[in-house]
Formats: sequence, structure tokens, C-alpha cells
Amino acid sequence: MASSGTRTLVRGRIGELVLRPDGVPKVTGAFQFASDLSREGMAWGVTVRSPHAHARIAAIDVSEAAALHGVLAVLTHADVPGRKTYGMEHHDQPVLAWDEVRYEGEPVVIVAAVDLETARLAAARVRVHYEELPVVTWDDGIVLRHVPIRHGDQEVSAEVVVSGTYEVGMQDQAFLGPESGLAIPAEDGGIDLHVATQWLHVDQEQVAASTGLTLEQTRLHLAGVGGAFGGREDVSMQIHASLLALRSGRPVKMVYTREESFYGHVHRHPARMRYEHGATRDGRLVYVKADVLLDGGAYASSSPAVVSNAATFAVGPYRVESATIDATVTLTNNPPCGAMRGFGAVQVAFAHEAQMDRLAAALGIDPVDLRIANALTTGDRMITGQLVEGPAPVAELLERLRAMPLPPDTAMLPSDQRDLPGGLANVTHGEGVRRGVGYAIGFKNIGFSEGFDDYATARVRVSLVDGAPRVEVHTAACEVGQGLVTVLAQIARTELEIADVVVLQADTLVGSAGSTSASRQTWMTGGAVRLACEAVRARLHELSPERHVEETAEHHHRPTVPLDPVTGQGDSVVALAFAAHRAVADVDCELGLVRVVEIATSQDVGRIINPIQCEGQIQGGIAQGLGLAVMEEIQLGAGRIRNASFTDYLIPTVLDMPTVRLDILETPHPLAPYGLNGVGEPPTIASTPAVVAALRDASGIALARVPVRPEDLTTSSSSVSSS
Amino acid sequence: MTVLRPATLAAALAARSEHPGALLVAGGTDAMVAINSGRLRAEVTVDLTGVGELASWSRSGSTIRIGSGLTYTRLIAELGDLCPGLAMASRTVGSPQIRNRGTVGGNVATASPAGDALPPLVAAGAVIELASTDGVRRVPIGAFLVGPKRSLLAPNELITAIELPVARGPQQFSKVGPRNAMVIAVCSLAVDVDVASRRVAVAIGSAGPTTLRALEAEAVASAAIDWTTGALGDADLARFAALVAQAARPIDDVRGTAAYRRHALAVLARRSLGWSLEALRRAVA
Ligand SMILES: Cc1cc2nc3c(=O)[nH]c(=O)nc-3n(C[C@H](O)[C@H](O)[C@H](O)COP(=O)(O)OP(=O)(O)OC[C@H]3O[C@@H](n4cnc5c(N)ncnc54)[C@H](O)[C@@H]3O)c2cc1C
Repeated sequence: MASSGTRTLVRGRIGELVLRPDGVPKVTGAFQFASDLSREGMAWGVTVRSPHAHARIAAIDVSEAAALHGVLAVLTHADVPGRKTYGMEHHDQPVLAWDEVRYEGEPVVIVAAVDLETARLAAARVRVHYEELPVVTWDDGIVLRHVPIRHGDQEVSAEVVVSGTYEVGMQDQAFLGPESGLAIPAEDGGIDLHVATQWLHVDQEQVAASTGLTLEQTRLHLAGVGGAFGGREDVSMQIHASLLALRSGRPVKMVYTREESFYGHVHRHPARMRYEHGATRDGRLVYVKADVLLDGGAYASSSPAVVSNAATFAVGPYRVESATIDATVTLTNNPPCGAMRGFGAVQVAFAHEAQMDRLAAALGIDPVDLRIANALTTGDRMITGQLVEGPAPVAELLERLRAMPLPPDTAMLPSDQRDLPGGLANVTHGEGVRRGVGYAIGFKNIGFSEGFDDYATARVRVSLVDGAPRVEVHTAACEVGQGLVTVLAQIARTELEIADVVVLQADTLVGSAGSTSASRQTWMTGGAVRLACEAVRARLHELSPERHVEETAEHHHRPTVPLDPVTGQGDSVVALAFAAHRAVADVDCELGLVRVVEIATSQDVGRIINPIQCEGQIQGGIAQGLGLAVMEEIQLGAGRIRNASFTDYLIPTVLDMPTVRLDILETPHPLAPYGLNGVGEPPTIASTPAVVAALRDASGIALARVPVRPEDLTTSSSSVSSS
Repeated sequence: MTVLRPATLAAALAARSEHPGALLVAGGTDAMVAINSGRLRAEVTVDLTGVGELASWSRSGSTIRIGSGLTYTRLIAELGDLCPGLAMASRTVGSPQIRNRGTVGGNVATASPAGDALPPLVAAGAVIELASTDGVRRVPIGAFLVGPKRSLLAPNELITAIELPVARGPQQFSKVGPRNAMVIAVCSLAVDVDVASRRVAVAIGSAGPTTLRALEAEAVASAAIDWTTGALGDADLARFAALVAQAARPIDDVRGTAAYRRHALAVLARRSLGWSLEALRRAVA
């Protein structure tokens, strides 16, 4: 302790390799995920969903279901006592549909029964009479938000022009723990809801509004989260389980099946993009024009913010004199789309990086040189007019990336079949295999933008336990697998120099921590813990066996403003983070199969708080970027999901994920606690375009769409042109 | 739900005849997925994993008899030399966990056009042994598989064994999928070169309602190969590949297009017959 005479160094401070407390339990199966919760007398809830992408509900008949022995409650929209809709920002989504269903899988009726089997049988007996309506997708939809950006001179021409159209398929977060939770009716007439989520307080508000309970009666507790990636920002079973628990008077558990999970959360927006880049003959970017269309699906979710990001980051981390961007998101009858790691920056990065390579080819300039020549740097302005104040080491990241050694080349043929495209499926012994290398860089904002004050709260208490000081850190910040609990404890140890730190389970009994998204929690809640610790430290002399010291603090980031609706100008973002990737891939050019050999990355993380977790985020983010590049897509046909299972929605396995070569840069961010920066999302942004660039290099095919399918790599059709 | 756990084949057959239509479970890697997803409901389940007789293999002369309950893991470890094509196919099934539980019998009974054990069995001319309390019958695998997930298995029968000849020359199996492990075949191909009878057999997976033979391709290759040297001209190899592609009856689905499947099958046919003949030439030399 700081106040004692001798100072002993407390281990487990920031910057040290501290192992996560949930690591071993997760590997051994001892960890309790939300789906493992149980209570005495617990009932099970299930959801009856629309089989149609768009239909009018003519009638709902629950009598047969309700009559089944063991059924405790069968609820429709008529049974929602409070607000009949929900939504994070726009509450446009029915808790239970009444007049119309607008996407396949939309909840219509919920059932609780004494066991899961009975609940499923009852659900099968619910009769809903639908009259199908025309299914609307893409640009036939209603414009939810259009974000124009008019930066610089709008009457522009250039010596060299390249244009292309690009498409990104709908990616899923594919978290392994399906939507789950347990709602327990409380004596005060309220609810204790244990749930796997990303943001307890935004759920709390929505559950309270629809159940008609007060916020005090609506207590949320974080249950074990099996991955999130944005897919748990929107409410799924939270309101439903609460309604069923209140109606039946019993604890009600809901766990989505794997198939249902594909209908139970929002996805990454699919995108259609048209780009035109103009440059001088010596490689200076003159203008970028881009039309970006995102299909938002049936409800708003976070689409308005995603499309804002797509516009803001549309040109990539480059300096450009003129930009004309029109980014639009529509409401359609596709599955609702919303937050996913990278949040709008991912889609445009695929396009702007393909364009930079096209431009380099048209100019006869090395693609990395072209990027470096136009690299954004501190003191430049973004296309929104915002001054880049923090570190923006774009050129440095690219230089360092290029300097990293390449893996051994194809001449040294791999001796293990698993290293070849197709792996043990034995499709090639080297025939048709060509190697390609591709580079890409991307950036995005950290924290919420456009005037949103996503503050974080932390309560820190120091007490003496058997004469030794113990710190309790209490926040509502959601640990979703990224390792936040480890980091918060490290911060408390650093600030208070007390080894014994307990991070309490997150719940709504303390103020909001904001969402575990936008790469913001270490910065925001970490910042709040630091502030609370500082306040506690100032009072530590009050500590005695009878008296603990407790302080609560809020951390706010600097204010931002909305983008101007006409010009798209404004200081809308808090801070930026950057990462560059180089992919080396072997392609069987006859079969179109791919083995990514290595992904090298350079990323600026501000300051490493926990090295192993920092690397874990980078590895994981790259795996997700690789998935989008070569396999991950929710396939749609007239609004219907055709592959709602892990049989056909493929995510990379250990035999698809290459070695990652890491170069982590630490440029202190002046605005952040300890100079740290967000780490979670940047790895997902440029990894996809880097892989595709490598596939183009190997195959010579333009590849204007992700995920790249084997058939795309065996034909030479392309929609990219240059002039 | 009742779960029966017979310890002997006789008990299993009795259970099967007493509860026709009961769900048989071997490794459960198909059956449990169907139950969990709600596609399958069973009042009575017969767990076959306790029946030791089903989980072994034996050799008699040039015939291998594989118990229906033999797991892929054991097959890979124990039959790699005698049935190389089937072992190669087994290596591509699922993940280590799936190969530890999944059985060849389960794959045959499921009768999916994408079942990876099926093309090598069809190419080798395997025979399915079916038993019930009424007796035993043997059905060639080609006749046993009648359509997508449809077979000749009667409600009172079990698959007891699969019989196939010891490899009489090089065999290959290859499978196309957009992921490098744990993937359902977009299309697959088994080539079985029978040096003794100077015949090439080819079976196609995941590109038709059931596993298909490419008879014309087989005839062309069998006639064109110089069996004393293992030589085959490029034009004949190309013709063979084209005929394999022609024999496929692929569709467009969520896993790939018909056109891509045909294209890929031609590539696989050319490569795998090429590898087989290379091995033959090495053996001859
Ligand atoms: C993650 C995963 C990956 C997979 N990957 C592949 C793959 O790559 N390739 C592939 O081909 N398959 C794959 N499968 C499917 C499955 O593993 C195989 O089909 C396997 O061979 C099934 O064997 P089993 O013993 O598990 O069958 P079970 O699930 O026990 O049974 C399957 C069917 O056969 C019936 N049955 C079982 N034994 C008998 C018997 N003795 N007589 C009559 N009927 C019987 C059952 O009633 C059931 O209908 C995968 C499955 C999973 C879950």
C-alpha cells in the first residue's frame, strides 16, 4: 500500500501479461454461460416466429397451445403491458408482431411451459394465419438515412480515373453462445434478468418500457457471454423472458437454438458500392466519388450510425482534396442488420482498398507506395472536415508492414497436405497453385460518434479484509470474452497499488458503462475505473477495519457533433485507430480454392495494457476478416435465409487461419487514459481487403465481391473497369 | 423417450424387430443433430455403441469386412493400406471429434449424396450386409442407395457390415469445399484403379441425387491406359475428365453452382487419375 512505510511492487499492473480469470474454466467447460443458468422451478420459454419475409397477420389462434398440459403462458402483442415496440435508438421493432411481419423469423407469439419439450410442442400448435405480401430488398426499400459528404471542390477532373462496383455479402457475428437468459420474478413485482448482452442499461430501459416496470424494478445482471461482436447490442429474448416470467410467476429461461440464433440477432449490412477515384499521373489522389448502399433489413437497429460510419470512412485513411460520398441505408424485408465489429468501416474498406490497387495498377506505381504517398497524417483533415488530432501513423504502419519478412515462397513446396488449398481434402498436390500477396490499410472511430455521450461509470471500494486491503470494482461493463475484467483489475492495481482486486459481476445496480462495442470499453470504463481509483486514493487515509472507502466516477469522452445533413461536415468522431495488413495466399487457380499462408499486420494500439489479450484481439479480428474474405455469408433468397446453420454458414477453422505475424506500435493517444487506444475492431477492417488483394494477385481475376467463392476464382468475369 | 442399449447383435436385432422404426444411434453425429434441430423425434432409441460385433473389422482373403460401427478414427489408423481410398475419404470427414464418434455404417444409413464414405465404397463395388431377426441379405451399395437420404434399409433391419475388396491398385479420394476442414462436399470424387482386372472405377459425390458412377469415363480410361506401363495420353486423360463431368447431375444450391461442380469434377478427375497412374508407373518401374 502506498501509505505503508515499505513499498512492495504489486504485480498484475497495466502492461503486464496477466492471465484472464475465465480462461481455464472456459477451456475445461466449467465456465457458466448464460445458457447454463438454472433455478428451482424454472420454466422454459420459446418463440413462435414468422415463416415469411413479409406478410399480413390475419389471425392468431393460441387456444390449442394454451390448452396443452404443462403450458404456463402463451402471449401475443395484446399481452405486452407497456410499450409494444423496442429498439436501441428508434423503438420501431414490435416486441411481438401484430398487423404485419416484416422479416423471416420475426417473433409473433411466445410460450412458457414447465419444460422445453412441452414449450416446443405448444409453439407448434400456435396457429397464425398469414397473407403474404411482396418482399422488398435493396434499393426498393425505404430510405432510412442518407449521409452525403461534400468535401472540397465538387467540380473536379483528374488525369487518371479508375472506377469499380463492389459488393459485400451479409456477414454474421457467428458467436458460439446462442442468445440466452433467465428472468426471475422478484418479490417487489419486478424482475431480475440474467442475460448475455453487450450493454445492460440499454436493455434495462427497453425491458422496463415494454413490461411496464420501473427501472428500479428491472434489474439486469450479466450472465456468461459466449461472444458478441455487435450481435448482442439489440434486444433478443430479454423482453420476452421477462414477460413470460411476470405472467407465469416462475423463473423463465430462454435459449435460442443455433438455427434460431441466425434469426435472433442483427447481421453485418450487405453493401453495394460504386467508386470512382481520380489522381494525378504521379499518384496524388485528386478526388473520390462513392455511392454506398447498405441494406438495413426490416428495422432500424443501429443502421443510422452504421451508414454514418460508412460515409465517414469511405475513402480510407488517405488525404484527398475532394470527396463526394452518398451513403444510404434502406429498410427492406431482409433480416435486420446492425452492429458488427468494424461497424460500416468494413464494407467501404473492401471497396476503397480495391480501388487503391486499381489506381496503382493504372498508374504503374507500387500499391504500397501509392498508399504511403497519400497517407493521412496528424494535422490533416478527414473528408468530414474534422482535424486529425491524435496519432495517425498510416505511412509508418505501411512501411513497417512492408519491411516484415515474407513467408518462404512456393518453390519450397509445403510438405504437409494441410498447408495446401483444400487441406486434407486432397484436391491438389501443387497443381494449379499460385501465390499472391496483397496489402491493405483501414481505420475507424473509437467510441460512439455524432454527439452521443456514451459515458462509463465505475464504483471502486477499498475495505480491509482480515487486515489486508481489498479492492472491489463494480461496473455495468459487459465482459463478452475480450478480457475486460482482467484489464479493469490491472488498472485498479496500478492506481491503488493493492494486489487483491475483485471485479464484481456487472449489473444495473451501478450506473451505465455504455456498450461493449466501438472498441471503447478499455478506454471508457477503464478510464472510469481509473478516475474512481484516483478519488479513492485521495481518501485512503480514512480506511479502517470499520470503514471502507468508496467512490463512483463517470468517464466522458470529448463531445462530438452530428454530421451536417447536407454537407456531411462536422467533428463527429472521438478518436481514430489504424491497422494495416499483408496477406499471402496460395490459390488453386483451377479449382478456386484458397489457403491463406500468412497474414502480417501492423497496428497502432496506443499502449498495450495486456499483451496477450491485445494479441488475442488482433488474431481474432483477423480471423473474422478472413472469414468475410473467403467464406462467411448469410445467403438470402427473397428475404429468406438459406443457410441458417453452422453446416452451411462457414467460419474459418484452425486449418484456415494462417500464422499471424504481428508488429504492434504504441503511439500514446493524447485523449485516452494511459495513452491507450481501442484494439478490437481495426484488425477486422483491412484484413478482408488484404486477403482479397492476395487472391487477385494470385489469380489475375478482379474479384469485386466478398466473400470470394470458388466459382469466382475460376471465371474471369468482373465488373471493375478502368479508364 | 426410451433408450435401449443392447450389448449383443442378437439383442440389437430383437430390439429392432420389436420396435420397428425406432431410432438407431451409432456415433450420433447425424442423429443427434437431427434431434436437436427438431427435425427428428423418437419415442424409442436404440444405442448401438454397446454392440462390440459391429465395431470391428476383419479380412478374409481379398475381402475386407468393416463392421457398421467402426469409427473413422479407427478406420484411418487401421485400414489405410488395405482400403486407401476409404481412409482418405475418412480423413476428410468433419473434425477429430466427429471422426472419433462417426461411423461408416452411419454414413451409409444416412445415404446423403454428400456422404464422404460413399464414393470410395461405390467405386470399390462394396456390398452392404443387412440383418434382421428374419436373416441376412447382401445388397450392392449402388442398389442400396436409392436417392437423397433414401436407401433400401427396412424398418426391422440393421446394417451389420460393409464388405469391399482389398485395394487392387492405386485409389484416390478428393473433395471440394470452400473451407479447408470440416466442410460438406461441394463435390467429391473417388477413383479406384483395379490393376488385376485392368479396370478404372469412378464415383462422384455431392453432384447428383445419390452417389453416381461415371461408367463411360471408366470404360474410356480402362481401354486407353497402357496397363503394362501405366501410361495414358493427355487427350485420353482430358476425355476421361470431360466424361466424368458429364456423368454428374449437379444442381445449384447454397453450397455451389451446378456449373462449378461440373468444372471441379473434371479437374479432380484429371488430377486423381493422373496421381493414380503416377503411382502405378512407380510401382511398375
Ligand atoms: C460437425 C459435423 C461434421 C460432419 N462432417 C461430415 C463430413 O465431412 N462428411 C460426411 O460424410 N459426414 C459428415 N458429418 C455427418 C456424420 O458425421 C457422418 O454421416 C457419420 O458417418 C454418421 O455416423 P454416425 O455413426 O455418427 O451416425 P448416427 O448419427 O449414429 O446415425 C446416422 C443414421 O444412420 C442410422 N444408423 C446408424 N447406424 C446404423 C446401423 N448399424 N444400421 C442402420 N442404420 C444405422 C441412424 O439411425 C441414423 O439415421 C458431419 C457431422 C457433423 C455433426
